Amino acid sequence: MSAIIRMEGVSFSYNSDDPQQTQALQGVSLSIEPGEFVAIVGRNGSGKSTLAKHINAILTPTSGEVWVDGISTKDTDSVFAIRQIAGMVFQNPDNQIVATIVEEDVAFGPENLGIPSDEIRRRIDEALSLVRMSDYALHPPHLLSGGQKQRVAIAGVLAMHPKILILDESTAMLDPLGRQEVMETALRLNRERGMTVVLITHHMDEAVRAERVIVLDRGRVVLDGSTREVFSQVDLLRQLGLDVPQVTSLAQLLREQGLNLQPDVLTVGEMVEQLCQLL
Amino acid sequence: MSILKNVTIGQYYPGDSVVHRLDPRTKLVLSFAFIIVLFLVNGFLPYLWLAALVMVVAQIARVPLKIMLRGLSPLKFIIALTFLLHLFTTRGGTVLWQLGFLRIESNGLAQGAFLAFRLILLVVATSLLTLTTSPIALTDGLERILSPGARFGLPAHELAMMMTIALRFIPTLIEEADKIMRAQLARGADFESGGLIKRAKSLLPLLVPLFVSAFRRADELAMAMEARAYRGGKHRTRLKVLKYTAKDFWAYFLAALAFGIAYFLGRWV
Repeated sequence: MSAIIRMEGVSFSYNSDDPQQTQALQGVSLSIEPGEFVAIVGRNGSGKSTLAKHINAILTPTSGEVWVDGISTKDTDSVFAIRQIAGMVFQNPDNQIVATIVEEDVAFGPENLGIPSDEIRRRIDEALSLVRMSDYALHPPHLLSGGQKQRVAIAGVLAMHPKILILDESTAMLDPLGRQEVMETALRLNRERGMTVVLITHHMDEAVRAERVIVLDRGRVVLDGSTREVFSQVDLLRQLGLDVPQVTSLAQLLREQGLNLQPDVLTVGEMVEQLCQLL
Repeated sequence: MSILKNVTIGQYYPGDSVVHRLDPRTKLVLSFAFIIVLFLVNGFLPYLWLAALVMVVAQIARVPLKIMLRGLSPLKFIIALTFLLHLFTTRGGTVLWQLGFLRIESNGLAQGAFLAFRLILLVVATSLLTLTTSPIALTDGLERILSPGARFGLPAHELAMMMTIALRFIPTLIEEADKIMRAQLARGADFESGGLIKRAKSLLPLLVPLFVSAFRRADELAMAMEARAYRGGKHRTRLKVLKYTAKDFWAYFLAALAFGIAYFLGRWV
């Protein structure tokens, strides 16, 4: 089994007494390979956060099964092993930092894993340098910007040496600069470290930077494919109440005006190239 | 305009003196011992000796006297009240002053002054602890001191974790209270005029959203802690392991000597 995350027929309802009403996930099956950068998008209530919480065993499926690195999340003895493999960064940076000093917070995860203190020290230095926050090791977190706090949160996860980094709308509360910082960090970790990244977002401009996009709607997987494939389906995405990256949307408008553009233009660079060819 | 920005948390006075660098456990234990000695010995002479001791430690810690005495100001009424009550009610000795039913006798003066002295020493010595030890170090020290009690069901780790989280969230909640306050001021709320009851009432619309949000934060924090494999104090290691060094043993030794002297001064002089 080579997939690092595998879900089969996963259904989940928050209120098990009334399964019809509150099905957050309905028969989701997917598999993610090691080293992939996957974006999961969907509008509010589509089940994308619920899906993310299944990957590190915060939630376990009502029916179906989830395997993380070959371990089933149903196996209650392995919960902490799974949480070490799949690290999760949440939405609100203020509500996930535990300690009053940056390096103490980064140490929190390794401390929970029972790692000896000199090894923790080594991991803190490594994790903080990976997110470019080494200079702030002794700062109190409440004096940092939103983007910096999220990078500290990422470092806190990295210090546990996970194989998967899950960003559960981790950019939603940040300003554009902070979002950029977090995205760059995630992309770099994926590129340089081969970290599997699962990015939950509703910013399409962030999803565009993933290799693969999974679109959820009402607890079901609607689209799953390469970023280019998914975003070429402009009409379907709009129908699902989702935005389309600006450039893709512009390409569609130009096509409607009779310009001969490819439907899957994703970035400004590609757009420029295609327009130049037309001229 | 920021209404709540000048709320200070703790009273740590950063520095790099020997006193600052002592193990927090040493400082906690010695402060506690100081309080016990303070109640064990009687008499002005041992108290003068203890006061001199506090002053010397403050000198070594390079904490200015003004900052040391700042801890007294919230307690000045209690100290004054203690002094006055004993001054007028304790009987014995010669009558120093009399006006109608009010009468001051020499024992009353001595007793009042003595108890006020005791309170002042108590406050100043304990604030020396909090002035030279950061809240985090204090929490760590407390956790380690209490940890043997875990075997008897004392939640040492949980208490320390609660203190850490409280310290962590004080600035966050202050910031939030400030934001809510300003939002309500913008809509015509009035927090500053009126009597005590009116002002307390006007705080209600501030406290309700603050509490709701604190609960939401607690919920999210608990999830984030679980996601980082938190499972209480068991199997947990620490980044910083507290270690006694030579200076801690010296501190214990010198303190034992000083407390001993205080005891003998109380007994024989």
